[in-house]
Amino acid sequence: MDASIAGILALDGVTSGAVYALLAIATVLVFAVTRVIFLPQGEFVAYGALTLGMFQTGHTPGTVWLLLALTAFAAVTDCIGLWRAGQRFAALARHLRTLALWPLLISALSMWAAPRHWPLLAQAALTLGLVTPLGSLVWRIAFRALADASVLALLIVSVGVHFMLTGLALLFFGAEGYRNPSFWDARWSLGALTLSGQTLIMLLASAALIALLAVFFDRTLVGKALRATAVNRLGARLVGISTETAGRVSFMMAAFIGALSGLLIGTTTTVFYDTGFLIGLKGFVAAVFGGLASYPLAALGAVLLGLVESFGAFHASAFKEVIVFTAILPVLLWRSLRDPGHEEH
Amino acid sequence: MAFAPSRRALATGAVVLLALLPQLPLPDFWITQLDAIGLTALAVLGLVLLTGVGGLTSFGQAAFVGVGAYTSALLTTRYGISPWLTLFASVAVAVAAALLLGWLTLRMSGHYLPLATIAWGLVAYYLMGNVEALGKYDGLLGIPPLSLFGVELRDNRSLYYPIWALALLAAWGVVNLLDSRPGRAIRALKGATTMAEAMGVPTFRYKVAIFVLAAVFAALSGWLFAHFQRTVNPSPFGMHMGIEYLFMAVLGGVGEVGGAFVGAAAVRLLEDRLQVWLPSLLGTSGSAEIVVFGAIIIAMLRFAPQGLWPMIAARLPAANRPRDWDGAAPLARHAAPAAGGSGPLLDVKAIRKQFGGLVAVNDVSFSVGRGEIVGLIGPNGAGKSTTFNLLTGVLFASGGEVRLAGRRIDGLSSRAIAALGVSRSFQHVKMIPGMTVLENVALGGHLRSTGGIARAMLRLDRAEERSLLSEAERQLDRIGMAALAGEPAGNLALGQQRLMEIARALMTDPALLLLDEPAAGLRHQEKQALGRVLAQLRGEGMSLLLVEHDMDFVMGLTDRIVVMEFGTRLIEGTPAEVRASPAVRAAYLGTEH
Repeated sequence: MDASIAGILALDGVTSGAVYALLAIATVLVFAVTRVIFLPQGEFVAYGALTLGMFQTGHTPGTVWLLLALTAFAAVTDCIGLWRAGQRFAALARHLRTLALWPLLISALSMWAAPRHWPLLAQAALTLGLVTPLGSLVWRIAFRALADASVLALLIVSVGVHFMLTGLALLFFGAEGYRNPSFWDARWSLGALTLSGQTLIMLLASAALIALLAVFFDRTLVGKALRATAVNRLGARLVGISTETAGRVSFMMAAFIGALSGLLIGTTTTVFYDTGFLIGLKGFVAAVFGGLASYPLAALGAVLLGLVESFGAFHASAFKEVIVFTAILPVLLWRSLRDPGHEEH
Repeated sequence: MAFAPSRRALATGAVVLLALLPQLPLPDFWITQLDAIGLTALAVLGLVLLTGVGGLTSFGQAAFVGVGAYTSALLTTRYGISPWLTLFASVAVAVAAALLLGWLTLRMSGHYLPLATIAWGLVAYYLMGNVEALGKYDGLLGIPPLSLFGVELRDNRSLYYPIWALALLAAWGVVNLLDSRPGRAIRALKGATTMAEAMGVPTFRYKVAIFVLAAVFAALSGWLFAHFQRTVNPSPFGMHMGIEYLFMAVLGGVGEVGGAFVGAAAVRLLEDRLQVWLPSLLGTSGSAEIVVFGAIIIAMLRFAPQGLWPMIAARLPAANRPRDWDGAAPLARHAAPAAGGSGPLLDVKAIRKQFGGLVAVNDVSFSVGRGEIVGLIGPNGAGKSTTFNLLTGVLFASGGEVRLAGRRIDGLSSRAIAALGVSRSFQHVKMIPGMTVLENVALGGHLRSTGGIARAMLRLDRAEERSLLSEAERQLDRIGMAALAGEPAGNLALGQQRLMEIARALMTDPALLLLDEPAAGLRHQEKQALGRVLAQLRGEGMSLLLVEHDMDFVMGLTDRIVVMEFGTRLIEGTPAEVRASPAVRAAYLGTEH
């Protein structure tokens, strides 16, 4: 292997590492705020890529029907709950408006826009608008009632959600894979390296999102509320932070980050309904590097993982996944030497 | 009295029925289903022990099944080794993998194991699918059938017997295990490890042990599977199966041996039915069934988190443990190195604990003599319980020295300190609510007994078990709680739970006993009775250190009192001296300005 191949592999690795970093950050965020080990994180990646893929073919994406179905389900169960709690029509209507307004609007817009072949960026925006509320709905339907359950119970629910989202993806998107066109076709030569516009977009988008998240957590009230909830749920509640809102917001952010990753990754690889799980798990390996707690370490782990993957694929392509997931062993060893503390739940 | 069959009779009946089933004119379809259920239940049984009882989650069970299947498949087809020999190889490979994973992850908090086992499951799957010698995704074909006394077990009816014999044997072993010394230690792993360590239980080793045992069950299931299907390929050992095994354990009822069988049967039968119903209902084939499974999991955790088994168990007769320990040999005394010698038993010099900028315990010194009761008092937040945790190794001191019979113990783990003859109770009661009071107390006898997992599973530990339970009953009797021995500990009132903790601490046969608010929640007469017991223990030569807020109780019982305030030692003296001290009054009641 000469320097130019190493350069190409390194660039490849850093690029996919940038996407894993986004997923790792979403994983850490959801775990810190809600204690949910959110296995279905990768499903949002597939949803993002597939939704854009269907827009590209001029069809109404299956996400629209899924969003409407989940909204209807949440609306019915919420209304039953509110009615039992003694609320009547005015309160129900108010609740339905906050719950269903955005899903209805974005669905109607998507249906109208789908056959009109809008520009790629506009379709990408619609995709984000469709997938992000799914996060909030997943939280409402599966996790809200279990906010105080054990990590184990939450993990098992997250397995159930993974089953449902994968099965629903097959139902709504079909078994066909989609590969999306590049957002920017420019290419530059830097010696032996070729830097494509798409690579640049992936790196910049990840960096921008990480910067935005840093500002969000550091400067905004909602961001600070999420951090407070992550440190101490009870304490946060006592000072008036709604842990419900914190949970919902963190799931929405996870869905948004997932969909964005899907948009980025969908241009470099063909995505099927079940591709997301494996990609999401790579985000998990990176998150373990940060002990499921540290955002910078998780991002660093993601970049290292991307490098391991691209060099591993070059040397033994059949064993790419074996190499990537074996990489968790030294990470675990390092972590167990670093913080061997026992913890009781 | 109406005829009510015992649980044992019902279990025997079920086994007899299972043995007769293949002889009945049952369609082959059902025999095949039963074979599959038995194979699956064997692997799920491992998760019942690991996840349900031990509170550790693994997604890697399918990969261990695959390891068992592939090891035997490779050795029998490539090298012509007998399946009865490859059985040991299958188990050995699974054990090696489980030891490595367990050693790496189980020291850390609980959520690392599921993540590590996901990675392990994927690695195993992709190795099976890509290694040339394992036949890549086509797998290995032409695996020989099992043969027994020269008869080849080729059809589903004859294989039924080895499958169910192994599954039931494993179930019997787990039932025995849970009702034993190592079983009680394993049941403490879920949420009571601090307490278990303080009773001398090596919790890390037990975590590794149940992870390995679960892998062994999975490998056995895989070995049977290979010789049942006579071909192996990677797909039944992928991540979706790893998740499905966990689903079966949860559906059946985690923590229940019967749940493994109920869960495996429910999922197998449901899968079969869904493959018929869903296409006719939705017009699509494919994985609509996993949507249904997903929905069931989410609904289960919300509405019936205990799973299916409790609904069945409610209709079965109660499992009453016969009282069989009369006349049992007395349990060995705990050979505590702390006993004997001269000088103070416990000597604390300038011990200190800082949490960041907060000094919780600030250079506190005191000592406890042999056969002496010392009280540690002070207002809330004075650092009394932190001091307790420093002395027993639950927390590590930032500075200072603790000596037990002249030997330094600061820096030792709480398990090592327990082995030296120090026992304790906790300010917030730590127990295993689902176990009976007697079993909770028997956990304290861990260091005075030796029975291991293998002996317990084979039920070779009964003599020692009788001694343990007899001693536990004696300790309960001593504090006046013998009548509650059979009650689940979670049902007790708070004061009774505290007394139970004292009995458990006494069960360790300590030289030094540390009690954190033993009288809290007790009625007046119970306090007096407790005081008499503690005075009697002192008479027998035991040393005691008490944290207590009830001043009458402390003043009447202790020989000396150490008063703490804001992490520092205020004064030390006899009860009379402390009572007369204006500084103590000021600490409790405030001063006039």
